[in-house]
Amino acid sequence: MATAAAAEQGMGARRGLGLGGIVFIVLVAAALAFPVVFRLPYHRDLAIRILLYATMAQAWNILAGYCGQVSLGHAVFFGTGAYTASALQMHWGVNPWIGLIAGVAVAVALSQGIGRPCFRLRGHYFAIATIAIGEIIHTLAINWDFIGGARGLTLPIKQDSLLAFQFSGSKFIYYYIVLALMAGCFLVTWHIERSRIGYYLRAIREDADAAQSVGIPVAKYKLIAIAISAAFVAMGGTFYAQYTLYLDPDSVFPLSLSILVCLLAVVGGVGTLWGPLVGTALMIPLSEWTRIQFGGTGSGVDLIIYGGLLTTVAVFQPTGFVGLVRRWRRR
Amino acid sequence: MVLLTLNGVTKRFGGLLANNNVSFEVDEGEILGLIGPNGAGKSTLFEQINGFYPPTAGRIEFRGQSLVGLRPDQVNRLGIGRTFQKVKPFLGMTVIENVMVAAMQYDPDPAKARRDALTFLEIVELADQRDTSARSLSIGGRKRLEMARAMATKPRLLLLDEVTGGVDQRTIPTLLQLISRLRKEQGLTLVVIEHNMRVIMSISDRIVALHLGEVIANGTPAEVVRSPKVIEAYLGDSFVVPETNRAPGSGRA
Repeated sequence: MATAAAAEQGMGARRGLGLGGIVFIVLVAAALAFPVVFRLPYHRDLAIRILLYATMAQAWNILAGYCGQVSLGHAVFFGTGAYTASALQMHWGVNPWIGLIAGVAVAVALSQGIGRPCFRLRGHYFAIATIAIGEIIHTLAINWDFIGGARGLTLPIKQDSLLAFQFSGSKFIYYYIVLALMAGCFLVTWHIERSRIGYYLRAIREDADAAQSVGIPVAKYKLIAIAISAAFVAMGGTFYAQYTLYLDPDSVFPLSLSILVCLLAVVGGVGTLWGPLVGTALMIPLSEWTRIQFGGTGSGVDLIIYGGLLTTVAVFQPTGFVGLVRRWRRR
Repeated sequence: MVLLTLNGVTKRFGGLLANNNVSFEVDEGEILGLIGPNGAGKSTLFEQINGFYPPTAGRIEFRGQSLVGLRPDQVNRLGIGRTFQKVKPFLGMTVIENVMVAAMQYDPDPAKARRDALTFLEIVELADQRDTSARSLSIGGRKRLEMARAMATKPRLLLLDEVTGGVDQRTIPTLLQLISRLRKEQGLTLVVIEHNMRVIMSISDRIVALHLGEVIANGTPAEVVRSPKVIEAYLGDSFVVPETNRAPGSGRA
Protein backbone atom coordinates (compact mmCIF):
# COMPACT_ATOMS: atom_id res chain seq x y z
CA MET A 1 0.00 0.00 0.00
CA ALA A 2 2.71 2.43 1.00
CA THR A 3 4.67 1.70 -2.16
CA ALA A 4 1.69 2.39 -4.39
CA ALA A 5 1.15 5.75 -2.72
CA ALA A 6 4.84 6.61 -2.97
CA ALA A 7 4.98 5.71 -6.65
CA GLU A 8 1.88 7.83 -7.07
CA GLN A 9 3.63 10.90 -5.68
CA GLY A 10 6.55 10.48 -8.05
CA MET A 11 4.21 10.55 -11.04
CA GLY A 12 3.80 14.30 -11.28
CA ALA A 13 7.40 15.21 -10.52
CA ARG A 14 9.20 14.00 -13.62
CA ARG A 15 7.15 16.02 -16.06
CA GLY A 16 9.08 18.98 -17.40
CA LEU A 17 9.12 20.82 -20.70
CA GLY A 18 9.41 17.78 -22.95
CA LEU A 19 9.35 17.42 -26.71
CA GLY A 20 5.65 18.22 -26.70
CA GLY A 21 6.24 21.53 -24.92
CA ILE A 22 8.91 22.60 -27.41
CA VAL A 23 6.73 21.69 -30.38
CA PHE A 24 3.89 23.66 -28.80
CA ILE A 25 5.99 26.81 -28.36
CA VAL A 26 7.30 26.60 -31.93
CA LEU A 27 3.75 26.19 -33.25
CA VAL A 28 2.44 29.17 -31.29
CA ALA A 29 5.31 31.34 -32.56
CA ALA A 30 4.68 30.15 -36.13
CA ALA A 31 0.95 30.87 -35.82
CA LEU A 32 1.60 34.38 -34.53
CA ALA A 33 4.20 35.15 -37.21
CA PHE A 34 2.34 33.61 -40.15
CA PRO A 35 0.55 36.66 -41.64
CA VAL A 36 3.67 38.77 -41.17
CA VAL A 37 5.70 36.34 -43.27
CA PHE A 38 3.01 35.31 -45.75
CA ARG A 39 1.55 38.41 -47.33
CA LEU A 40 -0.38 36.97 -50.25
CA PRO A 41 -4.16 37.00 -49.71
CA TYR A 42 -4.30 33.42 -50.94
CA HIS A 43 -2.03 32.10 -48.19
CA ARG A 44 -3.71 34.16 -45.54
CA ASP A 45 -7.13 33.00 -46.71
CA LEU A 46 -6.03 29.38 -46.55
CA ALA A 47 -4.67 29.87 -43.02
CA ILE A 48 -7.87 31.62 -41.93
CA ARG A 49 -9.97 28.77 -43.24
CA ILE A 50 -7.77 26.20 -41.49
CA LEU A 51 -8.18 28.04 -38.19
CA LEU A 52 -11.94 28.43 -38.68
CA TYR A 53 -12.45 24.76 -39.55
CA ALA A 54 -10.16 23.67 -36.71
CA THR A 55 -12.33 25.66 -34.29
CA MET A 56 -15.45 23.96 -35.58
CA ALA A 57 -13.84 20.52 -35.59
CA GLN A 58 -12.71 21.05 -32.00
CA ALA A 59 -16.17 22.23 -30.95
CA TRP A 60 -17.65 19.13 -32.59
CA ASN A 61 -15.01 17.06 -30.81
CA ILE A 62 -16.17 18.29 -27.38
CA LEU A 63 -19.60 16.79 -27.99
CA ALA A 64 -18.77 13.83 -30.24
CA GLY A 65 -15.21 12.96 -29.30
CA TYR A 66 -15.28 13.42 -25.55
CA CYS A 67 -18.97 12.87 -24.82
CA GLY A 68 -19.58 10.33 -27.60
CA GLN A 69 -22.66 12.04 -29.06
CA VAL A 70 -21.92 12.04 -32.79
CA SER A 71 -23.68 14.98 -34.38
CA LEU A 72 -24.03 15.29 -38.14
CA GLY A 73 -25.95 18.53 -37.90
CA HIS A 74 -23.39 20.98 -36.60
CA ALA A 75 -23.90 23.27 -39.60
CA VAL A 76 -27.10 24.31 -37.80
CA PHE A 77 -25.08 26.16 -35.17
CA PHE A 78 -22.73 27.62 -37.79
CA GLY A 79 -25.65 28.98 -39.79
CA THR A 80 -27.37 30.23 -36.64
CA GLY A 81 -24.29 32.20 -35.65
CA ALA A 82 -23.87 33.59 -39.15
CA TYR A 83 -27.53 34.51 -39.70
CA THR A 84 -28.31 35.87 -36.24
CA ALA A 85 -25.52 38.42 -36.32
CA SER A 86 -26.16 39.29 -39.98
CA ALA A 87 -29.92 39.62 -39.70
CA LEU A 88 -29.59 41.82 -36.61
CA GLN A 89 -27.13 44.00 -38.50
CA MET A 90 -29.24 44.21 -41.68
CA HIS A 91 -32.55 44.92 -40.02
CA TRP A 92 -31.63 46.93 -36.95
CA GLY A 93 -28.04 47.95 -37.50
CA VAL A 94 -26.83 45.97 -34.50
CA ASN A 95 -23.07 45.91 -34.09
CA PRO A 96 -21.66 42.52 -35.26
CA TRP A 97 -19.82 41.96 -31.98
CA ILE A 98 -23.13 42.19 -30.15
CA GLY A 99 -24.52 40.05 -32.97
CA LEU A 100 -21.83 37.49 -32.20
CA ILE A 101 -23.00 37.24 -28.60
CA ALA A 102 -26.63 37.08 -29.74
CA GLY A 103 -25.69 34.35 -32.21
CA VAL A 104 -24.08 32.36 -29.41
CA ALA A 105 -27.19 32.82 -27.27
CA VAL A 106 -29.55 31.68 -30.02
CA ALA A 107 -27.32 28.71 -30.93
CA VAL A 108 -27.04 27.61 -27.31
CA ALA A 109 -30.81 27.89 -26.86
CA LEU A 110 -31.30 25.91 -30.07
CA SER A 111 -28.79 23.28 -28.92
CA GLN A 112 -30.79 22.73 -25.74
CA GLY A 113 -34.01 22.44 -27.75
CA ILE A 114 -32.36 19.87 -30.02
CA GLY A 115 -30.56 18.07 -27.21
CA ARG A 116 -33.46 17.54 -24.87
CA PRO A 117 -35.41 15.19 -27.14
CA CYS A 118 -32.50 13.85 -29.22
CA PHE A 119 -30.23 12.78 -26.36
CA ARG A 120 -32.83 10.16 -25.51
CA LEU A 121 -31.64 8.46 -28.69
CA ARG A 122 -28.42 6.52 -28.53
CA GLY A 123 -25.62 5.91 -31.00
CA HIS A 124 -26.58 5.99 -34.67
CA TYR A 125 -30.10 7.13 -33.92
CA PHE A 126 -28.83 10.34 -32.40
CA ALA A 127 -26.65 10.97 -35.46
CA ILE A 128 -29.59 10.36 -37.80
CA ALA A 129 -31.80 12.74 -35.80
CA THR A 130 -29.19 15.49 -36.06
CA ILE A 131 -29.03 15.03 -39.86
CA ALA A 132 -32.81 15.39 -40.00
CA ILE A 133 -32.84 18.53 -37.86
CA GLY A 134 -29.99 20.00 -39.89
CA GLU A 135 -31.92 19.50 -43.11
CA ILE A 136 -35.15 20.88 -41.63
CA ILE A 137 -33.43 24.07 -40.54
CA HIS A 138 -31.59 24.33 -43.87
CA THR A 139 -34.94 24.15 -45.68
CA LEU A 140 -36.54 26.66 -43.32
CA ALA A 141 -33.72 29.10 -43.99
CA ILE A 142 -34.18 28.75 -47.77
CA ASN A 143 -37.84 29.66 -47.41
CA TRP A 144 -37.62 32.40 -44.79
CA ASP A 145 -37.73 35.76 -46.57
CA PHE A 146 -36.86 37.75 -43.45
CA ILE A 147 -33.31 36.42 -43.69
CA GLY A 148 -33.18 36.67 -47.46
CA GLY A 149 -34.45 33.19 -48.32
CA ALA A 150 -32.50 31.33 -50.97
CA ARG A 151 -30.97 34.60 -52.23
CA GLY A 152 -29.12 35.03 -48.98
CA LEU A 153 -27.88 38.20 -47.31
CA THR A 154 -25.28 40.67 -48.50
CA LEU A 155 -23.88 42.65 -45.62
CA PRO A 156 -23.36 46.41 -46.06
CA ILE A 157 -19.74 47.40 -46.59
CA LYS A 158 -18.50 49.76 -43.89
CA GLN A 159 -15.34 51.65 -43.04
CA ASP A 160 -12.62 49.19 -41.97
CA SER A 161 -12.48 49.01 -38.18
CA LEU A 162 -12.30 46.51 -35.39
CA LEU A 163 -15.60 47.83 -34.05
CA ALA A 164 -17.36 47.18 -37.36
CA PHE A 165 -15.68 43.76 -37.66
CA GLN A 166 -14.73 44.60 -41.27
CA PHE A 167 -11.32 44.81 -42.88
CA SER A 168 -11.78 44.85 -46.62
CA GLY A 169 -8.25 46.11 -47.19
CA SER A 170 -6.38 43.16 -45.74
CA LYS A 171 -6.96 39.79 -44.17
CA PHE A 172 -4.37 40.56 -41.52
CA ILE A 173 -6.77 41.32 -38.66
CA TYR A 174 -9.23 38.59 -39.66
CA TYR A 175 -6.39 36.13 -39.22
CA TYR A 176 -5.73 37.20 -35.64
CA ILE A 177 -9.41 37.26 -34.74
CA VAL A 178 -9.93 33.68 -35.89
CA LEU A 179 -6.64 32.66 -34.31
CA ALA A 180 -7.93 34.01 -30.99
CA LEU A 181 -11.23 32.18 -31.52
CA MET A 182 -9.42 28.91 -32.14
CA ALA A 183 -7.10 29.45 -29.20
CA GLY A 184 -10.12 30.09 -26.98
CA CYS A 185 -11.80 26.91 -28.16
CA PHE A 186 -8.65 24.86 -27.62
CA LEU A 187 -8.11 26.40 -24.19
CA VAL A 188 -11.64 25.49 -23.15
CA THR A 189 -11.16 21.95 -24.46
CA TRP A 190 -7.81 21.68 -22.67
CA HIS A 191 -9.47 22.77 -19.45
CA ILE A 192 -12.38 20.34 -19.95
CA GLU A 193 -9.96 17.50 -20.59
CA ARG A 194 -8.26 17.89 -17.24
CA SER A 195 -11.20 18.72 -15.01
CA ARG A 196 -14.18 16.84 -13.66
CA ILE A 197 -16.41 17.63 -16.61
CA GLY A 198 -13.94 15.96 -18.97
CA TYR A 199 -13.91 12.78 -16.90
CA TYR A 200 -17.70 12.85 -16.75
CA LEU A 201 -18.06 13.33 -20.50
CA ARG A 202 -15.69 10.44 -21.23
CA ALA A 203 -17.53 8.23 -18.74
CA ILE A 204 -20.81 9.04 -20.51
CA ARG A 205 -19.18 8.17 -23.85
CA GLU A 206 -17.95 4.83 -22.51
CA ASP A 207 -21.19 3.76 -20.84
CA ALA A 208 -24.09 6.05 -19.99
CA ASP A 209 -25.75 3.54 -17.62
CA ALA A 210 -22.57 2.98 -15.65
CA ALA A 211 -22.01 6.74 -15.55
CA GLN A 212 -25.46 7.27 -14.07
CA SER A 213 -24.86 4.52 -11.53
CA VAL A 214 -21.94 6.48 -10.06
CA GLY A 215 -23.99 9.63 -9.67
CA ILE A 216 -23.37 11.47 -12.93
CA PRO A 217 -26.47 13.35 -14.15
CA VAL A 218 -25.99 12.17 -17.73
CA ALA A 219 -28.65 14.30 -19.41
CA LYS A 220 -27.34 17.48 -17.79
CA TYR A 221 -23.75 16.87 -18.86
CA LYS A 222 -24.75 16.04 -22.43
CA LEU A 223 -26.62 19.35 -22.56
CA ILE A 224 -23.58 21.19 -21.18
CA ALA A 225 -21.40 19.56 -23.84
CA ILE A 226 -23.70 20.50 -26.70
CA ALA A 227 -24.04 24.07 -25.35
CA ILE A 228 -20.26 24.62 -25.31
CA SER A 229 -19.97 23.00 -28.71
CA ALA A 230 -22.77 25.10 -30.23
CA ALA A 231 -21.34 28.32 -28.76
CA PHE A 232 -17.97 27.96 -30.48
CA VAL A 233 -19.46 26.87 -33.81
CA ALA A 234 -21.81 29.88 -33.71
CA MET A 235 -18.89 32.25 -33.11
CA GLY A 236 -17.25 30.65 -36.14
CA GLY A 237 -20.45 31.34 -38.09
CA THR A 238 -20.51 35.02 -37.20
CA PHE A 239 -16.85 35.29 -38.09
CA TYR A 240 -17.53 33.65 -41.45
CA ALA A 241 -20.34 36.10 -42.22
CA GLN A 242 -18.16 39.09 -41.39
CA TYR A 243 -15.28 37.63 -43.36
CA THR A 244 -17.17 36.94 -46.59
CA LEU A 245 -19.87 39.61 -46.10
CA TYR A 246 -22.27 37.35 -47.95
CA LEU A 247 -24.13 34.28 -46.82
CA ASP A 248 -26.85 32.03 -48.14
CA PRO A 249 -28.38 28.84 -46.73
CA ASP A 250 -26.36 26.58 -49.01
CA SER A 251 -23.07 27.97 -47.79
CA VAL A 252 -23.74 27.91 -44.02
CA PHE A 253 -26.38 25.21 -43.47
CA PRO A 254 -25.44 22.33 -45.79
CA LEU A 255 -25.13 18.74 -44.63
CA SER A 256 -21.76 18.61 -46.40
CA LEU A 257 -20.41 21.18 -43.93
CA SER A 258 -21.59 19.10 -40.95
CA ILE A 259 -19.93 16.04 -42.42
CA LEU A 260 -16.72 17.90 -43.24
CA VAL A 261 -16.39 19.13 -39.65
CA CYS A 262 -16.82 15.57 -38.43
CA LEU A 263 -14.31 14.22 -40.98
CA LEU A 264 -11.61 16.67 -39.99
CA ALA A 265 -11.80 15.61 -36.35
CA VAL A 266 -12.00 11.91 -37.20
CA VAL A 267 -8.94 11.98 -39.44
CA GLY A 268 -6.97 13.92 -36.83
CA GLY A 269 -8.17 11.87 -33.86
CA VAL A 270 -11.49 12.10 -32.02
CA GLY A 271 -11.46 12.66 -28.28
CA THR A 272 -7.97 14.15 -28.37
CA LEU A 273 -6.99 17.79 -27.87
CA TRP A 274 -4.83 18.12 -30.99
CA GLY A 275 -6.71 15.79 -33.33
CA PRO A 276 -9.06 18.41 -34.80
CA LEU A 277 -6.21 20.82 -35.59
CA VAL A 278 -4.02 18.10 -37.06
CA GLY A 279 -6.90 16.79 -39.17
CA THR A 280 -7.77 20.26 -40.45
CA ALA A 281 -4.16 21.18 -41.16
CA LEU A 282 -3.83 18.00 -43.27
CA MET A 283 -7.16 17.94 -45.04
CA ILE A 284 -7.90 21.57 -45.96
CA PRO A 285 -4.60 22.15 -47.82
CA LEU A 286 -5.00 18.74 -49.43
CA SER A 287 -8.43 19.60 -50.81
CA GLU A 288 -7.05 22.98 -51.92
CA TRP A 289 -4.18 21.24 -53.73
CA THR A 290 -6.45 18.81 -55.54
CA ARG A 291 -8.67 21.68 -56.63
CA ILE A 292 -5.66 23.46 -58.14
CA GLN A 293 -4.31 20.27 -59.71
CA PHE A 294 -7.50 19.07 -61.28
CA GLY A 295 -9.36 22.34 -61.70
CA GLY A 296 -12.96 22.33 -62.90
CA THR A 297 -12.56 19.02 -64.74
CA GLY A 298 -11.57 17.24 -61.58
CA SER A 299 -14.18 18.70 -59.26
CA GLY A 300 -14.92 16.04 -56.69
CA VAL A 301 -11.40 14.61 -56.67
CA ASP A 302 -10.93 16.11 -53.21
CA LEU A 303 -14.03 14.25 -52.10
CA ILE A 304 -12.60 10.99 -53.46
CA ILE A 305 -9.41 11.59 -51.48
CA TYR A 306 -11.45 12.47 -48.36
CA GLY A 307 -13.45 9.28 -48.71
CA GLY A 308 -10.33 7.21 -49.21
CA LEU A 309 -8.62 8.75 -46.19
CA LEU A 310 -11.66 8.32 -44.01
CA THR A 311 -11.95 4.65 -44.96
CA THR A 312 -8.27 4.15 -44.25
CA VAL A 313 -8.58 5.82 -40.87
CA ALA A 314 -11.71 3.86 -39.94
CA VAL A 315 -10.16 0.53 -40.89
CA PHE A 316 -6.55 0.87 -39.82
CA GLN A 317 -6.33 3.73 -37.36
CA PRO A 318 -9.63 4.52 -35.62
CA THR A 319 -7.82 6.78 -33.18
CA GLY A 320 -6.80 9.05 -36.07
CA PHE A 321 -3.51 10.67 -36.82
CA VAL A 322 -2.88 11.68 -33.22
CA GLY A 323 -3.34 8.04 -32.17
CA LEU A 324 -0.77 7.00 -34.77
CA VAL A 325 1.78 9.48 -33.44
CA ARG A 326 1.14 8.33 -29.88
CA ARG A 327 1.77 4.74 -30.91
CA TRP A 328 5.08 5.67 -32.57
CA ARG A 329 6.23 7.58 -29.53
CA ARG A 330 5.47 4.71 -27.20
CA ARG A 331 7.85 2.45 -29.10
CA MET B 1 -32.54 -0.43 11.60
CA VAL B 2 -34.29 -0.93 8.29
CA LEU B 3 -32.29 0.57 5.42
CA LEU B 4 -34.31 -0.45 2.38
CA THR B 5 -38.00 -1.31 2.18
CA LEU B 6 -39.76 -2.85 -0.81
CA ASN B 7 -43.51 -2.86 -0.48
CA GLY B 8 -45.74 -4.47 -3.10
CA VAL B 9 -43.29 -3.78 -5.93
CA THR B 10 -44.82 -4.84 -9.24
CA LYS B 11 -43.31 -4.45 -12.68
CA ARG B 12 -45.05 -5.20 -15.96
CA PHE B 13 -43.44 -5.18 -19.40
CA GLY B 14 -46.55 -5.35 -21.58
CA GLY B 15 -47.99 -8.80 -20.94
CA LEU B 16 -45.01 -9.98 -18.93
CA LEU B 17 -45.24 -9.72 -15.17
CA ALA B 18 -41.59 -9.42 -14.14
CA ASN B 19 -42.19 -8.63 -10.47
CA ASN B 20 -45.44 -9.31 -8.67
CA ASN B 21 -46.13 -7.73 -5.30
CA VAL B 22 -42.57 -8.11 -4.02
CA SER B 23 -42.11 -7.02 -0.41
CA PHE B 24 -39.08 -7.39 1.86
CA GLU B 25 -36.77 -5.29 3.98
CA VAL B 26 -33.01 -4.97 4.18
CA ASP B 27 -31.57 -4.21 7.61
CA GLU B 28 -28.53 -2.03 8.11
CA GLY B 29 -25.32 -4.07 8.19
CA GLU B 30 -26.70 -7.31 6.79
CA ILE B 31 -25.80 -9.23 3.66
CA LEU B 32 -28.98 -10.26 1.88
CA GLY B 33 -28.78 -12.88 -0.85
CA LEU B 34 -31.26 -12.75 -3.72
CA ILE B 35 -31.71 -16.05 -5.53
CA GLY B 36 -34.02 -17.53 -8.12
CA PRO B 37 -33.98 -19.15 -11.57
CA ASN B 38 -33.29 -17.12 -14.72
CA GLY B 39 -36.18 -14.80 -15.41
CA ALA B 40 -37.33 -14.74 -11.78
CA GLY B 41 -37.09 -10.94 -11.77
CA LYS B 42 -33.97 -10.44 -9.64
CA SER B 43 -32.19 -8.01 -11.92
CA THR B 44 -35.46 -6.24 -12.75
CA LEU B 45 -35.85 -5.60 -9.03
CA PHE B 46 -32.34 -4.10 -8.93
CA GLU B 47 -33.09 -1.88 -11.90
CA GLN B 48 -36.16 -0.53 -10.09
CA ILE B 49 -34.30 0.13 -6.85
CA ASN B 50 -31.63 1.95 -8.85
CA GLY B 51 -34.07 4.06 -10.81
CA PHE B 52 -33.37 2.57 -14.23
CA TYR B 53 -36.98 1.37 -14.52
CA PRO B 54 -39.96 2.83 -12.66
CA PRO B 55 -42.07 0.21 -10.87
CA THR B 56 -45.60 -0.27 -12.25
CA ALA B 57 -46.89 -0.28 -8.68
CA GLY B 58 -45.55 -0.42 -5.14
CA ARG B 59 -43.20 1.53 -2.93
CA ILE B 60 -39.41 1.47 -2.63
CA GLU B 61 -37.96 3.41 0.29
CA PHE B 62 -34.38 3.98 1.33
CA ARG B 63 -33.93 5.27 4.89
CA GLY B 64 -37.53 6.42 4.83
CA GLN B 65 -37.26 8.27 1.52
CA SER B 66 -39.11 7.11 -1.57
CA LEU B 67 -36.89 6.18 -4.51
CA VAL B 68 -39.73 5.95 -7.01
CA GLY B 69 -39.38 8.57 -9.74
CA LEU B 70 -35.74 9.33 -8.98
CA ARG B 71 -33.07 9.04 -11.68
CA PRO B 72 -30.23 6.52 -11.21
CA ASP B 73 -27.71 9.27 -10.43
CA GLN B 74 -30.02 10.67 -7.75
CA VAL B 75 -30.44 7.21 -6.23
CA ASN B 76 -26.66 6.84 -6.16
CA ARG B 77 -26.20 10.19 -4.46
CA LEU B 78 -28.63 9.10 -1.74
CA GLY B 79 -26.23 6.28 -0.90
CA ILE B 80 -26.91 3.25 -3.08
CA GLY B 81 -24.10 1.83 -5.19
CA ARG B 82 -24.37 -0.98 -7.70
CA THR B 83 -22.56 -3.30 -10.06
CA PHE B 84 -23.97 -4.71 -13.28
CA GLN B 85 -24.85 -8.27 -14.23
CA LYS B 86 -22.98 -7.76 -17.47
CA VAL B 87 -19.99 -5.75 -16.29
CA LYS B 88 -19.84 -2.19 -17.54
CA PRO B 89 -16.43 -0.72 -16.83
CA PHE B 90 -15.45 2.43 -18.74
CA LEU B 91 -13.29 0.45 -21.18
CA GLY B 92 -11.64 3.43 -22.82
CA MET B 93 -10.30 4.69 -19.50
CA THR B 94 -7.55 3.42 -17.24
CA VAL B 95 -8.33 1.37 -14.15
CA ILE B 96 -7.82 4.29 -11.80
CA GLU B 97 -9.75 6.71 -14.00
CA ASN B 98 -12.75 4.40 -13.72
CA VAL B 99 -12.74 4.88 -9.97
CA MET B 100 -11.77 8.57 -10.11
CA VAL B 101 -14.94 9.34 -12.07
CA ALA B 102 -16.96 7.94 -9.17
CA ALA B 103 -14.86 9.64 -6.48
CA MET B 104 -15.31 13.02 -8.19
CA GLN B 105 -18.77 13.21 -6.72
CA TYR B 106 -17.00 14.34 -3.55
CA ASP B 107 -13.73 15.67 -4.94
CA PRO B 108 -13.96 17.56 -8.22
CA ASP B 109 -10.19 17.99 -8.21
CA PRO B 110 -8.65 15.14 -10.27
CA ALA B 111 -5.52 14.92 -8.11
CA LYS B 112 -7.55 14.46 -4.93
CA ALA B 113 -9.98 12.08 -6.64
CA ARG B 114 -6.97 10.06 -7.78
CA ARG B 115 -5.75 9.70 -4.22
CA ASP B 116 -9.23 8.67 -3.10
CA ALA B 117 -9.55 6.21 -5.95
CA LEU B 118 -6.25 4.60 -5.08
CA THR B 119 -7.45 3.62 -1.61
CA PHE B 120 -10.43 1.84 -3.14
CA LEU B 121 -8.22 0.11 -5.71
CA GLU B 122 -6.06 -1.12 -2.86
CA ILE B 123 -9.11 -2.65 -1.18
CA VAL B 124 -9.95 -4.65 -4.32
CA GLU B 125 -6.27 -5.35 -4.99
CA LEU B 126 -6.08 -3.59 -8.32
CA ALA B 127 -3.68 -0.82 -7.28
CA ASP B 128 -0.80 -2.34 -9.22
CA GLN B 129 -2.75 -2.20 -12.45
CA ARG B 130 -4.02 1.33 -11.89
CA ASP B 131 -2.56 2.87 -15.04
CA THR B 132 -3.41 0.07 -17.44
CA SER B 133 -6.52 0.19 -19.59
CA ALA B 134 -9.67 -1.26 -18.02
CA ARG B 135 -9.91 -3.28 -21.24
CA SER B 136 -6.90 -5.35 -20.18
CA LEU B 137 -8.62 -6.72 -17.04
CA SER B 138 -10.14 -10.21 -16.88
CA ILE B 139 -13.83 -10.63 -16.02
CA GLY B 140 -12.91 -11.15 -12.35
CA GLY B 141 -10.78 -8.02 -12.46
CA ARG B 142 -13.55 -6.05 -14.09
CA LYS B 143 -16.00 -7.18 -11.40
CA ARG B 144 -13.59 -6.02 -8.70
CA LEU B 145 -13.11 -2.76 -10.57
CA GLU B 146 -16.88 -2.24 -10.63
CA MET B 147 -16.99 -2.83 -6.88
CA ALA B 148 -14.23 -0.28 -6.31
CA ARG B 149 -16.01 2.17 -8.58
CA ALA B 150 -19.31 1.71 -6.74
CA MET B 151 -17.59 2.03 -3.37
CA ALA B 152 -15.91 5.28 -4.39
CA THR B 153 -19.36 6.91 -4.37
CA LYS B 154 -19.39 6.08 -0.64
CA PRO B 155 -22.69 4.20 -0.55
CA ARG B 156 -24.38 2.78 2.54
CA LEU B 157 -26.01 0.07 0.50
CA LEU B 158 -24.25 -1.83 -2.25
CA LEU B 159 -26.19 -3.93 -4.76
CA LEU B 160 -24.06 -6.60 -6.41
CA ASP B 161 -25.49 -8.35 -9.45
CA GLU B 162 -23.96 -11.80 -10.03
CA VAL B 163 -20.61 -11.41 -8.37
CA THR B 164 -19.23 -14.74 -9.55
CA GLY B 165 -20.94 -14.96 -12.96
CA GLY B 166 -18.29 -15.63 -15.61
CA VAL B 167 -15.53 -15.66 -13.00
CA ASP B 168 -13.17 -18.64 -12.88
CA GLN B 169 -13.33 -20.90 -9.84
CA ARG B 170 -9.98 -19.84 -8.45
CA THR B 171 -10.97 -16.18 -8.29
CA ILE B 172 -14.29 -16.75 -6.50
CA PRO B 173 -12.80 -17.05 -2.96
CA THR B 174 -11.02 -13.69 -3.38
CA LEU B 175 -14.27 -12.03 -4.38
CA LEU B 176 -16.09 -13.55 -1.41
CA GLN B 177 -13.43 -12.44 1.04
CA LEU B 178 -13.73 -9.01 -0.49
CA ILE B 179 -17.48 -8.91 0.13
CA SER B 180 -17.08 -9.97 3.77
CA ARG B 181 -14.38 -7.33 4.21
CA LEU B 182 -16.59 -4.66 2.69
CA ARG B 183 -19.17 -5.21 5.35
CA LYS B 184 -16.68 -5.46 8.19
CA GLU B 185 -14.29 -2.64 7.26
CA GLN B 186 -16.53 -0.26 5.32
CA GLY B 187 -19.69 -0.89 7.32
CA LEU B 188 -21.62 -1.58 4.14
CA THR B 189 -24.98 -3.24 3.78
CA LEU B 190 -25.13 -5.54 0.77
CA VAL B 191 -27.76 -7.12 -1.43
CA VAL B 192 -26.20 -9.81 -3.59
CA ILE B 193 -27.71 -11.62 -6.57
CA GLU B 194 -25.95 -14.93 -7.03
CA HIS B 195 -26.50 -18.28 -8.72
CA ASN B 196 -23.73 -20.19 -6.99
CA MET B 197 -25.52 -21.65 -3.94
CA ARG B 198 -22.36 -22.47 -2.05
CA VAL B 199 -21.30 -18.85 -2.45
CA ILE B 200 -24.60 -17.29 -1.48
CA MET B 201 -25.03 -19.54 1.56
CA SER B 202 -21.58 -18.83 2.85
CA ILE B 203 -21.86 -15.04 2.72
CA SER B 204 -25.55 -14.24 3.32
CA ASP B 205 -27.21 -13.54 6.66
CA ARG B 206 -30.55 -13.92 5.00
CA ILE B 207 -31.81 -15.08 1.62
CA VAL B 208 -34.84 -13.99 -0.39
CA ALA B 209 -35.87 -16.40 -3.15
CA LEU B 210 -37.83 -15.21 -6.17
CA HIS B 211 -39.72 -17.29 -8.69
CA LEU B 212 -41.78 -15.95 -11.60
CA GLY B 213 -41.52 -12.49 -10.10
CA GLU B 214 -42.81 -13.43 -6.66
CA VAL B 215 -41.12 -13.95 -3.30
CA ILE B 216 -41.32 -17.66 -2.48
CA ALA B 217 -39.03 -17.70 0.55
CA ASN B 218 -37.41 -15.23 2.95
CA GLY B 219 -35.26 -16.47 5.82
CA THR B 220 -31.87 -17.68 6.94
CA PRO B 221 -29.84 -19.64 4.36
CA ALA B 222 -30.58 -22.90 6.20
CA GLU B 223 -34.33 -22.23 6.16
CA VAL B 224 -34.44 -21.17 2.54
CA VAL B 225 -32.57 -24.17 1.12
CA ARG B 226 -34.95 -26.51 2.94
CA SER B 227 -38.07 -24.72 1.71
CA PRO B 228 -40.02 -27.10 -0.55
CA LYS B 229 -41.01 -24.24 -2.86
CA VAL B 230 -37.37 -23.23 -3.38
CA ILE B 231 -36.32 -26.82 -4.01
CA GLU B 232 -39.08 -27.28 -6.54
CA ALA B 233 -38.58 -23.98 -8.38
CA TYR B 234 -34.84 -23.51 -8.22
CA LEU B 235 -32.60 -26.02 -6.52
CA GLY B 236 -34.06 -29.31 -7.74
CA ASP B 237 -34.45 -32.58 -5.82
CA SER B 238 -30.83 -33.56 -6.25
CA PHE B 239 -29.57 -30.49 -4.38
CA VAL B 240 -27.36 -31.30 -1.41
CA VAL B 241 -27.33 -28.64 1.29
CA PRO B 242 -23.79 -27.32 1.60
CA GLU B 243 -22.26 -26.85 5.03
CA THR B 244 -23.03 -23.30 6.06
CA ASN B 245 -20.63 -23.00 8.96
CA ARG B 246 -17.73 -22.88 6.56
CA ALA B 247 -15.54 -19.79 6.42
CA PRO B 248 -16.39 -17.84 3.28
CA GLY B 249 -14.46 -19.02 0.28
CA SER B 250 -12.32 -21.52 2.14
CA GLY B 251 -13.13 -24.33 -0.24
CA ARG B 252 -13.29 -24.67 -3.97
CA ALA B 253 -16.78 -24.93 -5.32
